[in-house]
Amino acid sequence: MTETVLTVRDLSVQVATPSGAKTVLDGLSFELRAGETLCLAGESGSGKSMTALAIMGLLPKPMCRITRGSVCLGDTQLVGLPDAAYRKIRTARVAMIFQEPMTSLNPLMTVQQQLTETLLEHDACTRAEAPARALQLLRDVQLTEPERRLKQYPHELSGGMRQRVMIAIALACDPEVLIADEPTTALDVTVQAEILDLIRALQRDHGTSVLMITHDMGVVAEMADHVIILRHGQEVESAPVRDIFSTPRSEYAKELLGAVPRLGTAPPRPAKPQGVPVLEVDDLSVRFDVRGGVLNRVQARVHAVEGVSFGINAGETLALVGESGCGKSTIGKALMGLVPWQGSVQVMGRQTRGMGPALMKPVRRDVQMVFQDPGASLDSRMTVGDQVAEPLLIHGLASGSALKDRVEHLFRRVGLSPDMMARYPHEFSGGQRQRVNIARALSLSPKLIIADESVSALDVSVQAQVLELLQEIQDEDGLAFLFISHDMAVVEQVADRIMVMRLGQVVEEGARDAILRDPRHQYTRRLLSAVPVPDPSRQRPERIETESIGSPIWPKGREPDRLKLEEISFQHRVAV
Amino acid sequence: MQAYLVRRLFESALILLGITLVTFILLYLVPADPARQIAGRSATAETVQNIRDQLGLNDPFFIQYWRYLTALLQGDMGRSYLQRAEVSELIASRLPASLLLMLAAIVTELIFGLTIGIVAALRRNRPADHGLMIFSFVSISAPQFVIGILLLYVFAVKLGWFPIGGYGTFSHVVLPAITLGFLGAGWYSRMMRSSMIDVLGQDFVRTAQAKGLAKGRIILRHVIPNAILPIIAMIGIDIGLFMSGIVVVESVFGWPGIGQLAWQAIQRVDIPVIMGVTMVSATAIVLGNLLADFVAPMIDPRIKTK
Repeated sequence: MTETVLTVRDLSVQVATPSGAKTVLDGLSFELRAGETLCLAGESGSGKSMTALAIMGLLPKPMCRITRGSVCLGDTQLVGLPDAAYRKIRTARVAMIFQEPMTSLNPLMTVQQQLTETLLEHDACTRAEAPARALQLLRDVQLTEPERRLKQYPHELSGGMRQRVMIAIALACDPEVLIADEPTTALDVTVQAEILDLIRALQRDHGTSVLMITHDMGVVAEMADHVIILRHGQEVESAPVRDIFSTPRSEYAKELLGAVPRLGTAPPRPAKPQGVPVLEVDDLSVRFDVRGGVLNRVQARVHAVEGVSFGINAGETLALVGESGCGKSTIGKALMGLVPWQGSVQVMGRQTRGMGPALMKPVRRDVQMVFQDPGASLDSRMTVGDQVAEPLLIHGLASGSALKDRVEHLFRRVGLSPDMMARYPHEFSGGQRQRVNIARALSLSPKLIIADESVSALDVSVQAQVLELLQEIQDEDGLAFLFISHDMAVVEQVADRIMVMRLGQVVEEGARDAILRDPRHQYTRRLLSAVPVPDPSRQRPERIETESIGSPIWPKGREPDRLKLEEISFQHRVAV
Repeated sequence: MQAYLVRRLFESALILLGITLVTFILLYLVPADPARQIAGRSATAETVQNIRDQLGLNDPFFIQYWRYLTALLQGDMGRSYLQRAEVSELIASRLPASLLLMLAAIVTELIFGLTIGIVAALRRNRPADHGLMIFSFVSISAPQFVIGILLLYVFAVKLGWFPIGGYGTFSHVVLPAITLGFLGAGWYSRMMRSSMIDVLGQDFVRTAQAKGLAKGRIILRHVIPNAILPIIAMIGIDIGLFMSGIVVVESVFGWPGIGQLAWQAIQRVDIPVIMGVTMVSATAIVLGNLLADFVAPMIDPRIKTK
């Protein structure tokens, strides 16, 4: 038996709310052994992040406090430790990396300053040695061009690079425990795979114990030795990773694992009669100017979308996948007329090129959008009923009691009770808010719904319900969906056809199974191999080495080479 | 960077050109007749007419404007109607005093405003915060002549610590600078407080805590530099506010700056002097903003000077 590094006993945390103290963590106990990875898994509100902050002594004061229990790091009792003593422990013995690499670094300090500051604070080296140590740390986290990175500011680095810097800072003093709070949630799937590999490698080399906090059962399966499933601040189940996945004992664990979309397990899509074409896009390009110089002239262009063509028929779902910056969301915006574009877009046979706002209005009735963040896409000062009714009023489709009936009908349609109409968005959960958004999108009886990462911000169990709702609506009304997502497992569940994009161009397109089971393009394969699989017994596939993806920015007068798609089998086309 | 500099200077010149046109139009429309002012009440209509001809006031608007603009480009701001002097000389003799006062006021308001804002943010929702915010509210609301007279009464008349008015030594500048900076100190303390509170809630501050840094270091190295960024742009705009304040403050303290010059000129419709002072203060505001735009990228690496 290896020694125990961190012991948490009966830990309870309360948060002060206007309606009194609320227990967000209730009697959690666990032990973390040297070199082991323990995953705290659970949905939002399960108390997993609170646990991390409680261990670090960083619970937001004065709202949160530890009401009971103990946290022992070796022989040191951390609960109630005075701040000066706690400071000596943070990063030196317990370090933490956070979910948002984009905002977790100080934008005004260079990477080197942020690294050496940590080293010097804990007397890990002398001031003269610090730059060399910082460089070595960046090498350890396998950051490319480490000498140059030291002099750079955070905004010059990508999300993945910033997370590597965060890891370098966390490991600066060789801590006993590394707490990783959703470290890859904000990253693209290929970058996530690299970061997880890195954490594993560093753990192996340094013997660090890792407390990993995640909602993603795929990440759990890849990383954990032992898993604790949390719900509403309480432990639901605690077991070795293989047991959790093979023989979950608790009802909740079964539900949670059942809701996880697993790539390669979705049932075949039912064959549908070919519907009428709803959307036909031909040679769509979206370019943004980059200006500069004395006269502020165009010096370069971002080729966000370059010569993309596709069509969607009624009752069909086309999924648009790719990593951040590949132009998939820009396509959605272009279809709605929210960004200037070139090419041809026909909605229900009507050409929309050159249409002004007035002419676009009837077209917008046919195309509606559901966005990623269910909270931010609702007006917090307007009742949800009014927000669902608003499109009907704008288009003059209903008024008075007819309007009320229609909104009630829409609420029932998306599985909400009509008495909720008078409430405000903050009174709803994330899943319910997304249902309101869907009701709003459905209010105009559109022919096409553009779902831009519409389930990405939701917990898996809620995600499954929302996906089911979307499927139901499609089956009943024969709606066409353009489903924009980075999540391959979700895409597998909903898509009839898939289009893979990179740098604004399509690299591969075809029927769902052709793309997922028989990917031909190197990039598609890379994307698929990076998806974490929620099955700990499965051998991790050899990762395909990352190549630099390039940039969509081209100087004026130069254009990216158009990829040519070649049909390799029926409707399966690959860039050559 | 150089291209940016050239473009910004070009833009600034355009703005100043626009200002000459607007002020010229406004003064052209003013019903008061400068010729009548110069000639005096008892002068005959003929005398007034002669003066009008001499000054070119009967010429069409665009000719008058063109004459003014070409002279201005050669550094000639015209002659004062009432004082026997070139406008440029009048301004040159007064400007150093005003610049000194403004500089002292900026330093005053930054020291007071930022300190109060930082302390209030760190003591958020506690008695110290409430007290400081009441103070800042008062300083924003109180008219400058009231503050000036109050300070004069207490510190010059009663306590005798500072001279009552005039110009020359360090102690002369203290009360006018505080009076002029008082309003700004209130504004800056409020802005700094909310900016600090905003930054204190940012993720990188949590990272700094997780690094085990001392609280003082977190505040000085991570919070304050980020919180101060939005303030920098304000300092440029502030110079404009000072220009209106300076007229009042210079009168109260008998400070021989362009504020007093402007005040006298306005009372007596001395159009060349009014135009001159307006141009100088407009230039100061434009330069202040330009300076703020150049300082910002030095502090914030994210701002690209393109």
